[in-house]
Amino acid sequence: MIWPVDLIIMVLVMICGIGAIMVRDLLGAAILFGAYSFMMCLLWAIMGAVDVAFTEASVGAGVSAVFFVAAVFRTSRRTKD
Amino acid sequence: MESLLSNFLAKYNYWVYIGLVMIGMYAMIAKRNLVKKIIGMNIVQTAVILFYVSIGAKKGKTIPIIAHGHEETGHHAAQAIDYISPLPHVLMLTAIVVSVATLGVALALAIKIYRQYGTLEEDEIALRINEP
Repeated sequence: MIWPVDLIIMVLVMICGIGAIMVRDLLGAAILFGAYSFMMCLLWAIMGAVDVAFTEASVGAGVSAVFFVAAVFRTSRRTKD
Repeated sequence: MESLLSNFLAKYNYWVYIGLVMIGMYAMIAKRNLVKKIIGMNIVQTAVILFYVSIGAKKGKTIPIIAHGHEETGHHAAQAIDYISPLPHVLMLTAIVVSVATLGVALALAIKIYRQYGTLEEDEIALRINEP
């Protein structure tokens, strides 16, 4: 019985995506976006796309989150919406 | 009617895909912070990748690696129905790399805008463009 894991991870993906655009702090948004990418990577590993999963885990979640954190540190954490 | 409903509910990947594209589009259109817009763009990109991987997925099948392919016990034909389709995966590997490249360019432009105008908010940037 593997499908509840699938559904739980999809709900977590939606929650992390909504949180990443709703939180009023850009560093928190970057961290939530990293969590979103890792949840997406787990989802693809469950769906059988292992090559897409490990590319997303290294490039999508790792490098993208590092880019976001570096950009936020070079600019400002302040956001109005 | 019941089979129609269960048919809709069984393909929940596509409903999640629609929801994620809507979240990303909302962030790109309604949010005024540039980094929030870039996060929305990335969410749309990963949602499209989710759609393509969902096309290739099959329930109860294995990953596209031929079992016992290295043994010298004679060749037998591989049944394509037993394996998940690897074609969308290969296409989406390219899409992930492209998404990281566009993310880097977009963040570099955002840093450049911040150095020029001192803010990341769109309305404040518009005010400072019109000032002198």
